[in-house]
Amino acid sequence: MSDTLIYTVLVISTIGIISALILYYVSQKFKVFEDPRIDIVEAILPGANCGGCGLAGCRAFAEACVNANELKNLFCTVGGNESMDSVATSLGLTAIFKAPRTAVVRCNGTCAHRPKTSQFDGASTCAIEFSLYSGESDCSFGCLGLGDCVPVCNFDAIHLNSVTGLPEITDEKCTACGACVEACPKMIIELRKQMPKFRKIYVACMNKEKGGIAKKACEVACIGCGKCEKVCEFDAIQITNNLAFIDSEKCKLCRKCVSVCPTNSILETNFPPQKIKPEAATEKYNPIEA
Amino acid sequence: MSNIFTISPSPHIKGDESVPKIMYGVVVALIPALIMSTIFLGLNSLKVSFIAVAACVAFEYLIQTYILKIKATINNGSAIITGILLAFNVPIGLPVWMIILGSLVAIGIGKLSFGGLGQNPFNPALVGRVFLLISFPVQMTTWTAPVTAIDSFTGATPLGILKEGVKSGKAISEITHQLPGYFDMFWGNISGSMGEISAIALIMGGLYLLWKRIITWHIPVAVLGTMAIFQGILWGINPEKFIDPVFHLITGGAMLGAIFMATDMVTSPMTPKGQLIFGIGIGILTICIRDFGAYPEGISFAILIMNGFTPLINARIKPKQFGGSK
Amino acid sequence: MLKTFKLGGVHPKENKLTADKKIIQPPMPKTVSIAVAQHIGSPATVIVKKGDQVKVGTHVANSSGFVSSNIHSSVSGTVVRIDDVMMPSGYKKTAVIIDVENDEWDESIDRTPDLITETPLDAKAIIQKILEAGIVGLGGATFPTNIKLSPPPGMKAEILLINGVECEPYLTADHRLMIEKGDEVMVGTSLLMKALNVSKAVIGIENNKPDAIKNLTQLARKYKGIEVCALQVKYPQGGEKQLINAITGKEVPSGQLPISVGAVVDNVGTAFAVYEAVMKNKPLFERVVTVTGKGLKSPSNFLVRIGTPVKDLIEAAGGLPESTGKVINGGPMMGKAITTLDVPVQKGTSGILVMPESESFRSEEKPCIRCGKCISACPMGLEPYLLMTLSAKKIWDRSETSHILDCMECGSCAYTCPSSRPLLDFIRLGKSTVSKIIRSRKQ
Repeated sequence: MSDTLIYTVLVISTIGIISALILYYVSQKFKVFEDPRIDIVEAILPGANCGGCGLAGCRAFAEACVNANELKNLFCTVGGNESMDSVATSLGLTAIFKAPRTAVVRCNGTCAHRPKTSQFDGASTCAIEFSLYSGESDCSFGCLGLGDCVPVCNFDAIHLNSVTGLPEITDEKCTACGACVEACPKMIIELRKQMPKFRKIYVACMNKEKGGIAKKACEVACIGCGKCEKVCEFDAIQITNNLAFIDSEKCKLCRKCVSVCPTNSILETNFPPQKIKPEAATEKYNPIEA
Repeated sequence: MSNIFTISPSPHIKGDESVPKIMYGVVVALIPALIMSTIFLGLNSLKVSFIAVAACVAFEYLIQTYILKIKATINNGSAIITGILLAFNVPIGLPVWMIILGSLVAIGIGKLSFGGLGQNPFNPALVGRVFLLISFPVQMTTWTAPVTAIDSFTGATPLGILKEGVKSGKAISEITHQLPGYFDMFWGNISGSMGEISAIALIMGGLYLLWKRIITWHIPVAVLGTMAIFQGILWGINPEKFIDPVFHLITGGAMLGAIFMATDMVTSPMTPKGQLIFGIGIGILTICIRDFGAYPEGISFAILIMNGFTPLINARIKPKQFGGSK
Repeated sequence: MLKTFKLGGVHPKENKLTADKKIIQPPMPKTVSIAVAQHIGSPATVIVKKGDQVKVGTHVANSSGFVSSNIHSSVSGTVVRIDDVMMPSGYKKTAVIIDVENDEWDESIDRTPDLITETPLDAKAIIQKILEAGIVGLGGATFPTNIKLSPPPGMKAEILLINGVECEPYLTADHRLMIEKGDEVMVGTSLLMKALNVSKAVIGIENNKPDAIKNLTQLARKYKGIEVCALQVKYPQGGEKQLINAITGKEVPSGQLPISVGAVVDNVGTAFAVYEAVMKNKPLFERVVTVTGKGLKSPSNFLVRIGTPVKDLIEAAGGLPESTGKVINGGPMMGKAITTLDVPVQKGTSGILVMPESESFRSEEKPCIRCGKCISACPMGLEPYLLMTLSAKKIWDRSETSHILDCMECGSCAYTCPSSRPLLDFIRLGKSTVSKIIRSRKQ
């Protein structure tokens, strides 16, 4: 009996030692030199592998940083300025800071505001519905509500609200990686400059048709009337193709445009309630307080 | 206008095939075999079938509702089929708790652990049966004699008798007098599980499935044909060592396996060419196990092995393309 | 044993409710909206403006490129405006909107009913007349016919196939045309043969139209080189590749056109339109449309002016039934559900199908049971279950190598799937994405 035991131990040990030697030899002979700084940079990065930088994962981004002369076109939106600063320091390069951004869904066409004129009964993805029809209402620019943007988010920052039928973004979690922007076939989601306290003022409409047609399709559509453009003191608003657009770089969050909009298509989020002026006493829809 | 139209992509009409229709079609095809086993093996057949079906359906409902927390899909009939096929594969004298355990393994491990209907790579009823066979070899090979048996009938299946005889070194001609006659084996007047005894009942069921287009001829013909040819060659070489091919076709799980188990849609290839390759593989493996292996019956293992090859066959064997380019 | 195509196919219920309804003219509409993009290729350029008076047959828009088509007014009246109108395609497109006044036709059109069988025009002149008349494939594809009749250099047509199959359930426009205008169809076919310089033409008709087969077989004796071939009833026999396969036995190679096996396929309606254009100087401004459906009071085959609102046709067929769930432009297998009845009829509209609510919704989608029925149903020999999974998971390179672009979107796979999976929805999405990728690769 003990003979078997000794032989077994001997044989297994020999196999183990020979294998170890072979593995060591191979690992030395076929070793690929990798700059050790890549590992250091990779450890600094958040490790979400979301692709928001445009490269194939955090390791690829680390490689690109190490091989680059300057960090001009390399920015990790998830880690933000903090981690880019650390990366720059570790590589001896100058960090380039970018203002943090967040995503907004530029449509407020809820079931209440935008009546359905047909019902879609195909496979439930926005891409499929949009390939055949422009939507279930008379507005051909609005959100389809089937949620292609939801599963692509790596940070659990976007979900469909079952009451309104529209996606909602959790600002605290959003890293502006851009996955939802790409997933939306109607390009309704936009990346805007992040303001303090996550406050946002934006035109929640993408409808480029003439005001009368847009308003008939949806109560809170932008009719391109131009009142907001006139009232803005910072030249942040432009009307093109019957649609207003607020430049987040110029906007100072003064809220004047919100109160003059006749259709309430400009939304303000995370603000305390504004004193309602008599001429703008129409019912406002605030997604946070709803 | 009050009604809003439905908009949907084409096609706007649907054929009348559905999963429940397929499953209940298979249940109907198994009724002749059920009747024959009740006649030859007694009322215990019905009891075993009922317990297996009830256990399978119950386990599927419980696991889906409470563990997986998804909508229970017992209405599509697939759990019922697994139950019946499992009952058809075990001796009817098997203790009730073993049948229930087999059902749990078949449904829980064989089907639901892979994701439910359509996702399992192995035939769930066979997973249950093989589990029972390996765990409880004695109880799983204690067969009940047919009710028509007279006194000294041992209750062993024809394949069991053959295997015993060959193992003890006897030539075929010495074993044949112990075996039941071909007529008995064809009609079902033999020992065995419910799915093994009556070849004619299973053939009737198979014809019904072909008529209803639930199965195509490719797999049954490939399995049985390969078995017949392979065994025929061996028998031609040495009739004293290998018994004739007809015997192999009508005994054991050959008919049940070829017509009902190997043709399970989820675990078999999807193209006709792939199905033929699949059937040929099963035929060869079955004969190898039956003639050269330790077990008297090999088709369950053969089918499970070929189930493992199905994804490869599906990936490599493509259907004939119109205007085929390379 | 009747001829048929070898691979795949399904047998939907025929429901040819209007098979014995003679073609009738519905009341004239009050306004028509004539789209400038009713054909494959670039939209036509409008040459009229607001306030212009037009007659039936007046040129309103010009072909704007090599692959494009002329558009003519189908009514007489005043051009009200040129605006974007919702189309049956589900999108808003530019259309010429005309208020109808009387029914004055352009003087150059020959309105006499006599059959003209001879013409001094040669092949080139015939093709030129077809181009001027704005004739496009009336089977639904709307490909400009004059281009089809001019094979690319190095390719020659050997045989002309006329598609009288009408394999879609419910539709009977081509059927009635073959019974009531058989002679004209024959002359049109001879004109197409002359244009292509072929000596043989075969008219393929499905066996569920015995009266059409009988009529055309009798007439064919008078015309040289034309024969009639009865085909087995199987969907999609009317697909041009399947028709070629059934009649000539050849398979058009993947990615190629029918001309590569020497065949040109034209719809029976197109042959009739060619007769009218060449012999009667009549441009394409009206066509037979089947308005049908189980709940309709009087399903009919109408001779409709292009641009007529679908609403008018449904009124003429007895009004929209209470329990309507869906209205389809075309047949139930490949047609498109429309969002509103205010869309106009176009050159490619072969039928309007009204479906009751009880039949308008799909069953719940279940997991794939790998039965392989979609594979045996696919007439192009593809694997729909695989193409759907690849599209859903966005694996585009494998979609391309699995020949997703060969799919003709016939719908046989989704029709036959026991688990009611939306196979064609995803395959369509995959096709458009893969096409985009291939186009961007070429640049």
